[in-house]
Amino acid sequence: MSMPIKLSIDLNVNGVDYPVTIEPGRNLVSVLRSEVGLTGTKEGCDDCECGACMVLLDGQPVNSCSYLAAQAQGRAITTVEGVMRGAEMHPLQRNLLEAGGVQCGFCTPGMIMSATALLARNPSPTEEEIRIGLSGNLCRCTGYAKIVAAVQATAAGRY
Amino acid sequence: MSFTIATSIEDALAALAAGARPVAGGSDLVVGARHGKAPLPDSIVAIDRLSELSTITLTDDGLRIGALATHAAMMLDATIVASYSALADASALVGSPATRNVGTLGGNVMNASPAMDTGAPLLVFGAMVELRSTSGTRSVSLPDLWVGPGSTSAAADELCIALVLAKRPARSGSAYVRLEYRRAMEIAVVGAAASVTLNDDGTAGHVAVALTAVAPTIVAVGGLDAALIGRPVDEDTLAAVARAAAEQSAPISDLRASDSYRRHCVGVMARRAVEAAGRRAGGEAIAIPVNRAYGIGASR
Repeated sequence: MSMPIKLSIDLNVNGVDYPVTIEPGRNLVSVLRSEVGLTGTKEGCDDCECGACMVLLDGQPVNSCSYLAAQAQGRAITTVEGVMRGAEMHPLQRNLLEAGGVQCGFCTPGMIMSATALLARNPSPTEEEIRIGLSGNLCRCTGYAKIVAAVQATAAGRY
Repeated sequence: MSFTIATSIEDALAALAAGARPVAGGSDLVVGARHGKAPLPDSIVAIDRLSELSTITLTDDGLRIGALATHAAMMLDATIVASYSALADASALVGSPATRNVGTLGGNVMNASPAMDTGAPLLVFGAMVELRSTSGTRSVSLPDLWVGPGSTSAAADELCIALVLAKRPARSGSAYVRLEYRRAMEIAVVGAAASVTLNDDGTAGHVAVALTAVAPTIVAVGGLDAALIGRPVDEDTLAAVARAAAEQSAPISDLRASDSYRRHCVGVMARRAVEAAGRRAGGEAIAIPVNRAYGIGASR
């Protein structure tokens, strides 16, 4: 049994470099929450099923529970804290509040990450495309209809 | 525990020779470790930055798909969609957008799950696996590679470099259909891939069928030629496909389905895969993934 060796690496999160010292086997969500100190990203199922841990890696949605933090060095990580526009909420955040697409809120950060990646790639998605884009994110409260409505409102330029 | 990031294939091969295990997207390795299926290896080499392994290249002989090609790339690649459609069908069904962004074809093939969606398409295309180690490169067929659930004949120091698929004959089509209970984050209950090449008179000239999640590995269906070759793809031939697939399956019962339900449904999936492949071979456009045309999954 070898002694655990720690890695000292920089993680670029929301445009800021964070130096962290971590065990190589740590997953990204735990490092974001416990070392970087950004707790917007949630750990739900820990099984790559629910999407609460969704972050963007070089602009693409990735389940951070199933991704080694050490593999993220040199890549641009975006978390829900990074979608704010200064002190202003992102239009999608405002639309989620407006539409009632947030109830308990646990899935919301992951939903926002998947949806912003979708809208960056496809600014005018159909309802089917929105549902596919959010298909890796589970919500147990809303029934999804109001989340889809919030993405549609954002695509339509409201807020 | 040690962790390195390979910056060249040679780097990666040297690390494997020294006992490291490779990680690409991590969606099997990391999830498996967190479930206690297998602990993370003591030494890991990340291979995800080897961009030369993520290319999909049309060659004079066919198609060469780098081991790091993602499901997201394969479901959109114009050549795969048009000529190797079953692989696009399968890639589009994997997990969610996030899973497809990190999941790789090489990871699927070397993880050797009998439920992998991309395996049956590769088998009907007769794909060869290119394995490389510090002592050289060799080419292995999939039936020789897959020896059991999660188990391959590759040596620990061999890295999957690419999947090599033969050129498709004219008037060929393929499809992959799977039974799923929902349309995202699903694992095949059972599945089937088919490749059909039509003769000039519209009868079947060549048919290959392979099955997902009904045996210790992805398996090909044998003995179809007598029932199919030279005959139209019609109710009689499709019924023969369904019978052969069900008879040749050896499924288990688990929380997703009983063995008898799997045996019945794999016949249904095989019949649909051959039907869709035949229609595509005849020039009909059926959107990727074929599962939607059959209305499989949620009721929406």
